[in-house]
Amino acid sequence: MNVETQQPKRSKEELMEKLRQPDHITGSEILLRSLLLEGVDCVFGYPGGAVLYIYDAMHGFSDFNHLLTRHEQGAIHAADGYARSTGKVGVCIATSGPGATNLVTGIATAYMDSVPLVVITGNVATNFIGTDAFQEADITGITMPITKHSYLVRDVNDLPRIIHEAFHIANSGRKGPVLIDIPKDVSAQKTIFEPVTGVSIRGYNPTVQPNKLQVDKLLKAIEEAERPVIIAGGGVVYADASEELIEFVNKTRIPITTTLLGLSGFPSAHELWLGMPGMHGTYAANTAIQNADLIISIGSRFDDRVTMRLDGFAPNVKKIAHIDVDPAEIGKNVKTDIPVVGDVKAVLEFANTKAKPAKSEAWIAQVQKNAAEFPLRYNDNNDELKPQFVIEMISETTGGEAIVTTDVGQHQMWAAQFYRFKNPRSLVTSGGLGTMGFGFPSAIGAQLGNPDKLVVSINGDGGVQMCAQELAICAINNIPVKVVIINNQVLGMVRQWQEIIYENRYSHIDLAGSPDFVKLAEAYGVKGLRATTKEEARKAWKEAMETPGPVVIDFVVPKGENVFPMVKAGDTISDMLMGDAE
Amino acid sequence: MMRHTISVLVNNQPGVLQRVSGLFGRRGYNIESITVGESEELGLSRMVIVTTGDENTLEQISKQLYKLIDVIKVVDLSANPMVARELALIKVNAEPAARPEILGIVETFRAAVVDIGPNSLIVQVVGDSDKIDAMVELLRPYGIRELSRTGATAMTRGSVR
Ligand SMILES: Cc1ncc(C[n+]2csc(CCOP(=O)(O)OP(=O)(O)O)c2C)c(N)n1
Repeated sequence: MNVETQQPKRSKEELMEKLRQPDHITGSEILLRSLLLEGVDCVFGYPGGAVLYIYDAMHGFSDFNHLLTRHEQGAIHAADGYARSTGKVGVCIATSGPGATNLVTGIATAYMDSVPLVVITGNVATNFIGTDAFQEADITGITMPITKHSYLVRDVNDLPRIIHEAFHIANSGRKGPVLIDIPKDVSAQKTIFEPVTGVSIRGYNPTVQPNKLQVDKLLKAIEEAERPVIIAGGGVVYADASEELIEFVNKTRIPITTTLLGLSGFPSAHELWLGMPGMHGTYAANTAIQNADLIISIGSRFDDRVTMRLDGFAPNVKKIAHIDVDPAEIGKNVKTDIPVVGDVKAVLEFANTKAKPAKSEAWIAQVQKNAAEFPLRYNDNNDELKPQFVIEMISETTGGEAIVTTDVGQHQMWAAQFYRFKNPRSLVTSGGLGTMGFGFPSAIGAQLGNPDKLVVSINGDGGVQMCAQELAICAINNIPVKVVIINNQVLGMVRQWQEIIYENRYSHIDLAGSPDFVKLAEAYGVKGLRATTKEEARKAWKEAMETPGPVVIDFVVPKGENVFPMVKAGDTISDMLMGDAE
Repeated sequence: MMRHTISVLVNNQPGVLQRVSGLFGRRGYNIESITVGESEELGLSRMVIVTTGDENTLEQISKQLYKLIDVIKVVDLSANPMVARELALIKVNAEPAARPEILGIVETFRAAVVDIGPNSLIVQVVGDSDKIDAMVELLRPYGIRELSRTGATAMTRGSVR
């Protein structure tokens, strides 16, 4: 990648030493220096009038990598993919007004999934703020409900502190996006820059260490339980607590189900793993929850895609324990008997020192029997290329070692169901907001954050068209993302709902008029491949894996394949439609 | 549905009121009244919010407020004995002939007349909501031209914290 050839010319130590020296510089230079001091190595952005001083300061600058995306939405999803796959803070820059508002979907996406981002927007000069000036938008106001916190910088002297605080807030406690809006004059003003060390924000002290008595209560409940189940979510991944979770499961012998965002946090190969719960969850996971007497939510928030109709959720449960770093999640959707507020890693570390097995062997036998009797399956009798086959093929050939990003729709659910995850942070997907257009640009960020790993982006033919312009970035920077398109010629997930819930009344789901994706790739200078049979699929995928740069692979599959099991919105998770398996 | 009075200590930053009131609106919590002013500490303001909801809602309100970085402390004042006061200015029709009667009411309520016009008076009354409601009801027959109430500000009694 180009990225590697753009290595800083000076050593990291020399650079840091220089940056720590007080200096009389502009707000823009303060921004760049502060980003470097925060360890930022790549930024995604798009220039415009209000950030011209910032971009001017970046002229000839090579201490971090700036990628010019082709849409601000591409920039923020890329920053998001970078953050989710690395655990570091993702950074993006946009100009005021339309540049800033183009970020809104991406900010909301990151907020819903607790992804640490620092989003920098330009604004009109302070004396123009509030006058409906050219390209003015009240972006802090617009994004207030979808950011963890935001700043409008009115004084250049506040800038070093604000940037430092923003990184701290974004990546601590329950993580999330923080917006810094910098008026043009502030980015131009000069002041003495001295790096800030340490942050203290009164009123912001996330609880890390759990209340030990609460953890003891949890352990006691485990010892008493006969049918315990763990629901693990994205919080496990974000807290880097996978190892602790595996140890906890091994020690307590509790069957575990992982939500969409929790999927990569626990190895799919583990004997106690039941798959994903909820709307498209496995029979084993959903029946385990419905029969459980103890539910332990670990870094998961009882989202409605998991619980489905709340009054029918877990009817046999005697106790619910909820481990979460965000106290506001506890008791928000379901009544909790054992609340444990704290960092998931810290909680599990402490719990693991004392955890004993539950009386769960009979229960384990039962859930494993369910898993064996009702595995995920699909009709694979003929030579037709099925989407599930494509996912299985990718899973097998990569050995579960790739970083997979997905867009939103059926292919996302198939990826969740049929890809066998091994490593934490190897699934990047928009869970909470379900943002189409996320899959491909987030893969660009994931690849930049993980230059040595294989990054596979799985998309529908609908969603991939929402940010396809970012192929340009892959081409010019030689970012070797493998862009998989599960091309069923329709908005598949919408079609599925229209078939099952709206009695086959297919309304506006036909994607006729889509481009030839191979030619589209080639137009950007990216290799394009197509497969319509299993045979071709194996061949194309092999070629893609052997190609060093970016590749787009158009897997043409029949329309009409549905995701099962399925629980219809408004039903309880006991009401699973099993599809072909029924 | 219970009525609760909560006190929220916040950083005195631009946009804080928007953050707090936006949170209430977005999450469907009710605001009966909200008052903001300086607190005992420089740089911090105190908001007093009167809201309704069950215990769970109240707990969520408090937890969600704590998520705002600018919120420093949230106290449910109504959990303890408290003093809550609001102020109302009432401009009431008062032809000279009616004034003695009105002044009688004002005196009984230990309110005050703060302005006298040719055919109106401005009455200022301080007290809990019920007292102000009662005052308004008594003055209504004379014809209220303008009414402005502040919403409650409050604190717990004595040394309860
Ligand atoms: C930005 C956005 N718009 C609309 C939707 C609603 N939606 C959810 S899935 C879906 C269909 C996706 O179709 P496609 O990308 O072809 O993927 P498939 O379901 O066929 O795998 C739509 C329109 C969404 N999630 N995001």
